[in-house]
Amino acid sequence: MRVRWFVGVLLLLLAGCTGGSTPEDGRITLRFQSLAWQEESVEANKELVKEWNATHPGVKVEYVQGSWDSVHDQLLTSFEGGEAPDIIHDASDDLADFAYGGYLADLEDLLPQRLKSDIPQRSWETATFGDGVYGVPFLQEPRVLIANAAWLKESGVRIPTPEHPWSWAEFRRITEHLSGDGKYGVAWPLKEPVSATLNLSLSAGGQLFHRGADGKVTIRFEKADETVPRTIHDQANTDHSASPTTLGSGGSDTLPGFFGGKYAMVPLGFSYRQQIAQQAPKGFQWQVLPAPAGADGLTQGVSPQTLSVAEDSPHKKQAAEFIDFLLRPANMVRLALGDWMLPTGTEALTDPALRTAKDGWATGTALASRLSPAPAQSVRGYPEWKDKVATPAFQEYYSGAIGLGELRTRLEDDGNLVLARYQR
Amino acid sequence: MRTSTTGRTGQYAALLAYLAFLAFPFLWLVSTAFKSPRELGSLHPTWIPRDPTLDNFRQAFDEQPLLRAAGNSLLAASAAAVIAVLIATPLAYVMARHRTRLAKAATGWVVVSQAFPLVLVIIPLFLVLKNLRLINSLAGLVLVYVVWALPFALWMLVGYVRAVPTELEEAAAVDGAGRLRTLVSVTAPLLAPGIVATALFAFITAWNEFFFALVLLKTSDKQTLPVVLTHFIGAEGVADLGPLAAAAFLATLPSLIIFAIIQRRVTGGMLAGAVKS
Repeated sequence: MRVRWFVGVLLLLLAGCTGGSTPEDGRITLRFQSLAWQEESVEANKELVKEWNATHPGVKVEYVQGSWDSVHDQLLTSFEGGEAPDIIHDASDDLADFAYGGYLADLEDLLPQRLKSDIPQRSWETATFGDGVYGVPFLQEPRVLIANAAWLKESGVRIPTPEHPWSWAEFRRITEHLSGDGKYGVAWPLKEPVSATLNLSLSAGGQLFHRGADGKVTIRFEKADETVPRTIHDQANTDHSASPTTLGSGGSDTLPGFFGGKYAMVPLGFSYRQQIAQQAPKGFQWQVLPAPAGADGLTQGVSPQTLSVAEDSPHKKQAAEFIDFLLRPANMVRLALGDWMLPTGTEALTDPALRTAKDGWATGTALASRLSPAPAQSVRGYPEWKDKVATPAFQEYYSGAIGLGELRTRLEDDGNLVLARYQR
Repeated sequence: MRTSTTGRTGQYAALLAYLAFLAFPFLWLVSTAFKSPRELGSLHPTWIPRDPTLDNFRQAFDEQPLLRAAGNSLLAASAAAVIAVLIATPLAYVMARHRTRLAKAATGWVVVSQAFPLVLVIIPLFLVLKNLRLINSLAGLVLVYVVWALPFALWMLVGYVRAVPTELEEAAAVDGAGRLRTLVSVTAPLLAPGIVATALFAFITAWNEFFFALVLLKTSDKQTLPVVLTHFIGAEGVADLGPLAAAAFLATLPSLIIFAIIQRRVTGGMLAGAVKS
């Protein structure tokens, strides 16, 4: 009796488990895996899919919610198994392996001229690998300084603007001026020190990665590459104007201290404004300032979010048409507002909603023209170099455990050994 | 051996400290789930929210299909636990009672198989399931969970079977009970706590599993709770902390409730017959 009961339960469970496949109705169905995660952003994506489906009876787009967590492994498995979504949302710095691996479609001939000319060449470069374009960069965020506006005003320091930013030396002086009594001028959240350092180093002309005539990349830590790391190191270890405890923290971890008046400024990605707007105590005044500028002005590196088409998709043309629809200027604005990021499209950037002073939008928009591909964007072996060599080296340098010479040796000697393995 | 009062106090203090250490993440999760965004950003966090709110729960349910995901998780985890136990119990009996070279090799393989990293097996597994047309189906996921839980379940049950004295089975045989009758009437009841514990292990492993579910389930309507929870996390680990905590709190409840119910039975079963009256 008991055995029969057990088997019955088992059969019921299995019956419930069997995946039911929906019958095809003759329409083309495209799967769009989106990594949008903020409430407004998910809503904007879903609405746009709905609008597409309402106006394109022959091509149905199915919204699939993806996760930033483990997206690379998930996509890799899907590609290997021939089950990848037709339209893929990812970040440009994650595309190199997929592009070189032949998993993504070259979009060069699939995209309309309107979209091609709307997005600047420097943004296209972030998704160009070899001779092909493997993603459409559509959202990007510069690193900015989020400042305690009342504190800065009270201190009487010059408030920088995109037209007249602080130099790195001036920034160091100002953070020192603002520090004291257990308070710090700046809190660098450097849990992931490599991309922050490299992207900001472009402002000082730092390149780090140098491609030779033979196409091979080597690492050279030159004078211009020193500016940003040395500033951070000296703030934390010499001036004591940067909080030492936040050097190992993520961006969100610094916010309570920022709201509590411990730090005058926090360098963060532009989209963090959403959390700040949501979490800041009532009456807390904050403002967005441009990151300091170096010899190359406000230039900094970014890895935009991208939309790609799977090489295995039988409906590449329709997938590209959907991308074109999703990235029409008005739609790009909706996506940008939902994610609190900047659109790459030049027409979308002119939208008044993105030019308002409220929540620092105008400051961010003013920086858009200075955003370049992140230095290591297309360097094969970069992820390994970052994890095994650069991250520990920068962490030790910023904590004061090693000096600039040792940092250089590690980045160059150990780093070039890693890259060489990928470039044989 | 007598323990001094100081020693006993020290033991209790150590035990309390350990319990507090274990309970801290869960209590902090509960506290966070009821905090407003502004309180989450406070420099001086409090255990008890100053201004408790249910907004995080409302937002979590509004943003993500938590109930559907919980249903999928429950179905997959329950099925995996039942099937794993059904397969592992007879196998464990054979391995425990017949100590042949094959049984020893099987035990060794079970231990080694626990060392395989997920990424090593996921692509071949994906291809196998694709050929079986089990991608994006909970049945496929259950199959994976069963295979994944089986070695450890087997290992656990072998230990439980060995703890049942063979003399009891021999006595039953002397009394005229057949092989099947002995297994059903004598061995199985004594194994019950072990079977329940093993099922619980398989259930919790499957309930918490993330990576297989992420990779194998393609559409939103099939996704399980751990996968849906990651939808509150953005690029570079930025998180919508309030709704994430609220959803994670709800996600821990079923396993806590099931454990609370079963744990009493496991303990009861283990103690039954332990003392000769």
